Amino acid sequence: MADVELSEAVGLALHAEMRRDPAVVALGEALGRASRGTAGLREAFGEARAIRTPLAEPLIVAMAIGMATQGLRPVAEIRPAGSAYACLDQLAQHAARYRQRTLGRLSCPMVLRLPCGGGSVAEPQAELLEAAFVRTPGLRVVCPSTPARAYGLLLAAIRDADPVVFLEPAQACRQRQPLIDDGAALPLDTAFVERPGRDLTLVAWGSMLGEARLAAERLDEEGVSVELIDLAALRPLDMRTILGSVARTGRCVVVQDAPRGGGLAGEILAGVAESGLPLRAPPLRVAAADTVPPLAGARPPYRPDAARLVREIRARLALA
Amino acid sequence: MSYDDPAASRPGGPAGTFTQFLDADAQVCAPLPDFARQPEALRRMYRAMVEARAFDKKAAALLRGGQLGGYAAGLGLEAIGTAIGYALKPEDVLIPAYRDYVAQFLRGVKMCEILLHWNGDERGMAGETGPARHDFPLSAPSAAQVPQALGVAYAMKLRREPRVVLASWSEGAARMTGFRETLSLASHWNLPVVFLVSNHRGSLVPADRTGAPTPVQRAVAAGMPGGQVDGNDVIAVRFVLERAVERARGGGGPTLLEAISYRLHEPGESRPPRPEEEVRAAWERCPVKRLRRYLETQDLWSVQNEEELLLEAGEQAESAAREFLATPPRAPEALFDHVYARPPPAYRTRLEAAREAPG
Repeated sequence: MADVELSEAVGLALHAEMRRDPAVVALGEALGRASRGTAGLREAFGEARAIRTPLAEPLIVAMAIGMATQGLRPVAEIRPAGSAYACLDQLAQHAARYRQRTLGRLSCPMVLRLPCGGGSVAEPQAELLEAAFVRTPGLRVVCPSTPARAYGLLLAAIRDADPVVFLEPAQACRQRQPLIDDGAALPLDTAFVERPGRDLTLVAWGSMLGEARLAAERLDEEGVSVELIDLAALRPLDMRTILGSVARTGRCVVVQDAPRGGGLAGEILAGVAESGLPLRAPPLRVAAADTVPPLAGARPPYRPDAARLVREIRARLALA
Repeated sequence: MSYDDPAASRPGGPAGTFTQFLDADAQVCAPLPDFARQPEALRRMYRAMVEARAFDKKAAALLRGGQLGGYAAGLGLEAIGTAIGYALKPEDVLIPAYRDYVAQFLRGVKMCEILLHWNGDERGMAGETGPARHDFPLSAPSAAQVPQALGVAYAMKLRREPRVVLASWSEGAARMTGFRETLSLASHWNLPVVFLVSNHRGSLVPADRTGAPTPVQRAVAAGMPGGQVDGNDVIAVRFVLERAVERARGGGGPTLLEAISYRLHEPGESRPPRPEEEVRAAWERCPVKRLRRYLETQDLWSVQNEEELLLEAGEQAESAAREFLATPPRAPEALFDHVYARPPPAYRTRLEAAREAPG
């Protein structure tokens, strides 16, 4: 058992699955170079299965689709996050649709790995297209918050029969965690209760989970018991876990580092409102500012952090 | 560019071959390949084209009558689809353009299924039987499927399967972003893929929006063989396709082919604006007429043969239309079928809601 970062966990999962299943191939522009997750793949599995592509994002997705229809299990890497815009045509109009278009005759068991949640100072890295992915039926979307979740969810994503968008939170990449490289997958449509609480349900995912955990700890010191949920699966949504928690706490806050408008937090809160559960306080979303992501998109004031979460939750509790 | 001189669109340089065996007057203008010396092979191809034309006529009538949701006519392009159908082996993969109906019929797609597809019913592209079970569905915009051919071919090559993928699309779509990158990568990886551009001059994108005189010119830049072929000469299209397919199968890499044809239309059908004279000339030179004239001059086809075939083809199209019109619509809950292999719990809830919904 070694301490690893999220990107190393991704690498371990890729190595494990490429060893286990000869149908798995990896492809990307900077395979084994810019991304640590793909380090050593070419050496271990050869250039034919660890494929370097030209700088042509739509083509990478199109290739993965073609491979997947033939029974390969491609894991394509797109970076930076903003490049996903160029992939949406192939991803939403084709990868997500072949199963339905042919009533199951053709399908696309593929994974698209994308960074999310900001990185260094550059516009395309601050882009967050999760809302575009989660509104696309036919896709699965997952976003791990820790190295262990990244390992288990990536294995599950590769083994799944449908296209999976795998969002790798850049901000969570620096935390280290012990990991057992045992080839065990996690469920693709289940949220995880990170810490139990009585007073309030706080839903977070990806790089917001670390901030949410900090906020929960601080509020705990003030006597507010927060139940923290790591959503992990962004599509399909595990509303059962969320509603089960809200039924007990009567309060719900969702935090996302994507812009507020048209986002996943709104979708979750709509589900809470529609459920008819009695609430002890109006639901709340804490999100990135509804503006063009600035150069420093990975930092406050654009992006929510623990301090802002504590502030807004305090205000919401006072309101109740 | 005038239709009378297909060579007018010939590029210079190494991609500049133009293949033709039967000229516009159905005269043999080059030594015929072996398959074209077998009367039965020629008659079979002729039958496939005539059947497709009868189908096309029926589909257009259904569209006009409001009984079909949409339809992209294949009229005038029968030689291209027929040649594809004969050039591919059952285990190969066809990524069809949406006017390649004959190729789909020859690979096992039923006429009724094409009608279902154009009426918005997914059952049309779900066929599990016949060689077409390997093929891609019809999809607009068809050009978006072309780069997917790279992945299909890559999978075949990685597994050392002696199979080939043929991606077909029209000249207008060949100007879409990604076409050149696709050619370059296919060439770079030496993939078993044949690219076929049908230049049928029916594109709504004006021809002058590219610096290259013709799509096949791009083969030069991608470093692969390319050539033009008379798309109204079924013998020529089949010959060049077979050669390219076998080259790809043998590890020789990709080929780009451009079939020069002319998209015809029934009177009153919506179409790109073209001079009447040009259209009249195109009907005279159409692929069906051309092969019939050749068969007649060789005494391989009689008036009686023709009358019988037209009758049979017409009845086949009518029967397909009847089958289509008698097909009950899918149940409302089918909306949720085949979206995921393992439907998530939330989907099951919505499925139940759909089942409870009236009608």
